[in-house]
Amino acid sequence: MTDTDLGTAAATFDGTHSGLAGRLGDSVARPDGVPKAQGSYQFSGDLTADGFLWGATLRSPHPYARIVRIDVSGAWKIDGVAAVITAEDVPGKATYGLISQDQPVFASDIVRFHGEPVAAVAADHPETCRRALAAIVVEYEVLTPLTDPEQAVDGSFPPIHPDGNIVRHQRIIRGDQSIEGPIIVEGTYEMGRQDQAFLGLEAALAIPAPGGAGVELYVATQWLHEDRKQIAACLGMPEDNVRLVLGGVGGAFGAREDISLQVHTCMLALRTGRPVKIQYDRAESFHGHVHRHPCTVWMRHHAGTDGRIRRIEARFLFDGGAYASTSSAVLINGITHTQGPYQCENATVHGWAVRTNNLPSGAMRGFGVVQAAFAHEGQMDKLAAAVGVDPVEIRLRNAMQRGDRLITGQVVDNVAPVARLIRETAALPLPTQPVGGTDHDPMRLPGGAGRTADERHIVRGIGWGVGIKNLMYSEAFDDFSTARVRLADGVASVKFATVEVGQGFITIVGQIARTVLGVGEVVLETIDTQIGSAGSTSASRQTWMSGGAVDGACRLVRERLFELVAAKYQLAAVQLEIDGTDVVDTLGTLRIPVAEATAGILIEETFEHHHVPTEDLDEDGQGNCHTAFAFVAHRAVVDVDPELGLVKVVQIATAQDVGRALNPLSVVGQIEGGIAQGVGLAVMEELLQVNGIVKNATFTDYLLPTFLDMPDVVISLVEEPDPHAPMGAKGVGEPPTVSSTPAVVAAIRDALGKDLHRVPVRPSDICF
Amino acid sequence: MNLHLTVNGIAHEVAIDPTERLLDVLRDRLGLTGTKEGCAEGECGACTVIVDGLALNSCLMLAAQAEGRSVTTIEGLSAGGGLDELQSEFIERGAVQCGFCTPGMLMSATALLRTHPEPTSTDVRAALAGNLCRCTGYSAILDAVTSVAVRAAEQPGG
Repeated sequence: MTDTDLGTAAATFDGTHSGLAGRLGDSVARPDGVPKAQGSYQFSGDLTADGFLWGATLRSPHPYARIVRIDVSGAWKIDGVAAVITAEDVPGKATYGLISQDQPVFASDIVRFHGEPVAAVAADHPETCRRALAAIVVEYEVLTPLTDPEQAVDGSFPPIHPDGNIVRHQRIIRGDQSIEGPIIVEGTYEMGRQDQAFLGLEAALAIPAPGGAGVELYVATQWLHEDRKQIAACLGMPEDNVRLVLGGVGGAFGAREDISLQVHTCMLALRTGRPVKIQYDRAESFHGHVHRHPCTVWMRHHAGTDGRIRRIEARFLFDGGAYASTSSAVLINGITHTQGPYQCENATVHGWAVRTNNLPSGAMRGFGVVQAAFAHEGQMDKLAAAVGVDPVEIRLRNAMQRGDRLITGQVVDNVAPVARLIRETAALPLPTQPVGGTDHDPMRLPGGAGRTADERHIVRGIGWGVGIKNLMYSEAFDDFSTARVRLADGVASVKFATVEVGQGFITIVGQIARTVLGVGEVVLETIDTQIGSAGSTSASRQTWMSGGAVDGACRLVRERLFELVAAKYQLAAVQLEIDGTDVVDTLGTLRIPVAEATAGILIEETFEHHHVPTEDLDEDGQGNCHTAFAFVAHRAVVDVDPELGLVKVVQIATAQDVGRALNPLSVVGQIEGGIAQGVGLAVMEELLQVNGIVKNATFTDYLLPTFLDMPDVVISLVEEPDPHAPMGAKGVGEPPTVSSTPAVVAAIRDALGKDLHRVPVRPSDICF
Repeated sequence: MNLHLTVNGIAHEVAIDPTERLLDVLRDRLGLTGTKEGCAEGECGACTVIVDGLALNSCLMLAAQAEGRSVTTIEGLSAGGGLDELQSEFIERGAVQCGFCTPGMLMSATALLRTHPEPTSTDVRAALAGNLCRCTGYSAILDAVTSVAVRAAEQPGG
């Protein structure tokens, strides 16, 4: 099998669907759109190899238990079983993790969450795997699980992990701590556990090198190099012996940032000497990846009689679940966004991320800021009511501007058009249809046609949410991305390890290369670890970071091209520029096509883009810990059935600070998709655990917004190019999820005149 | 047992296990991996195919139930590696992001337009409510399906 057979993410961007120009600013269609629409695009779960075996994972049925004994002999007796592995078989480091390596590849002595891997098998058929797993005997001594995160904070529960029950505590102390009132509003806000629920289930195919000297892993992930680092450590191999290739990714939203099946698949392949494929089913997926942190936030705002914020007190408690994952970074994101997109000079904030025997929590779109925004936006509405102004006015009076400081002392040195976003959102049209629509279609009512909503009793509400989201990584991490560009015969080939999860990075690669180099055809090479890291596809960072790397490499190539042309025609390189697909002399008449200028030559350059350095926070939470910020405003209109407790989100209006829309079609797609996830969190999505046991790990019981649940979305793109951003473009993926949720909840409050402090809002919250 | 069915116009005789689902036969026996499995319980619609004109979840249909039937999968939507109008509109209007829901979404939309060539937006939403998309928020999909319907209505005699 060749790389080409499996190099699923490689695609040739031949301009077939690239629109008129295919340059920056155009709404260019995806280069992988054709194979995706034809069904020929290979997702990681579609990959196979000659003679491959299936792998499967045995998981703990208990949230907290001591493993007394594991007997795998029964599995070996089943025909077709080729390998059975447990913790004893891990050849290298026994644990992995993104920030601290505290999570076992397989539990050996203690299981700490419902669904923790205990063993794995490889066999000739998934059904053989299922029977082999059933034949493994694990004797557990069941322990009482720690499920209340408050017990982790107050120390009343013995440590469930050698690293202790507190993953991280951080405070933020700024300004005058004695300020009180005169206006004081206070609230406690809770958020349930949201699942990323990407549609393309976890899947990977591992192919061992002859003699077991190395392994190739084709996997749907978010960060190839970080995966490789963790995998190689667990395999006890040099990183060079492990090659990762991106398998087609069916969505990610944070859930693929951590290791799930990667090490298991490689171990089974190395053990059997044959290719091994693992593919989770939906229930296993719910257990097998991290989720958004459940969180409780208490806030008390002190303001003047004019509603201007004077001081904020806050306490955050993030339930990190059984292992650390990215909890410490999620915590920092949450507490540093306490004030929201508003001016605030004085603050007293304490935050904890703690360990429990719940499912591990980690990255999900919004990464801690979603939790903060639900709280600060609830507070802004309370503040508005307390001083007697409307929700728009209170936000305008406090709106952050460029040059203002966060409560960490960091100056917001990005375009910060908060007031403009609010005004542009307010100017977007409200829905023209009355409750139920002019045609009285029951499908428009809360609950739809299958319910018994009485149209006369439905109440409509309007609510606001405004957000700020940090972009890229924080806290002194040296964040970079790498790209290599080769230009020959008028064709640019671009190599990078940037993971395409569906967000459209591969679309803008072609746009950048066309714009900078004047080429027509752009070839995207296989996305793998055969080049430097791109960092993770997360934190709204890839347009800025990997876009910056591609742009930088293209510019270096263009310099070389201009030098060649200048030498040939006795011109100065500085007087040359790209105009369309030609190199032109700005001071003369020379005009030659790029294809002609590059005939028979090869220019190659590699560029590593780093963002500005950031700092750690000090003990009082002060420091320039973030890289950049984007802003957004949402206005929600909802219809509520107060008798049945059902909600129909009718419309979301939004203005978003995008810097510059490099591909408006793609930007709008990110906004609409992000809002869908925000709406889901507001009114339906919650993965339930009772005493640590997961109760609804299916799409029947974990409710996702369907076509009928999705509101109309009206959008205003606010384009003020950011001077710090390569190409002026801010990341756009996360802001839509940050404040759409509080806007929906505010609208429900508005409809009912009732305080609601928990998401998702349940029928019982509305009715009782 | 042997199963006889027509897939994308081609007659097949396939040796199957009686417990296999239509989805398994399409993906694992016939190599038609464009049909996806997202939940295996009929909630997400990623496995949608058209059987004798009806869009249904191939994860919920035993392969044996397809005996003698005609199945259309995503690979059979357009002949010769091209794109039909709906596929083109999906691509051009941004209805495809990660693309995992796309085959099932296209099959449901195709079945809708065959029976209701001029659907209202509520018709489209209702017909596609069994197909989950986690990336797009559905708006672009609605645009794509509606644009094909509008064009059909504008054609002479349409």
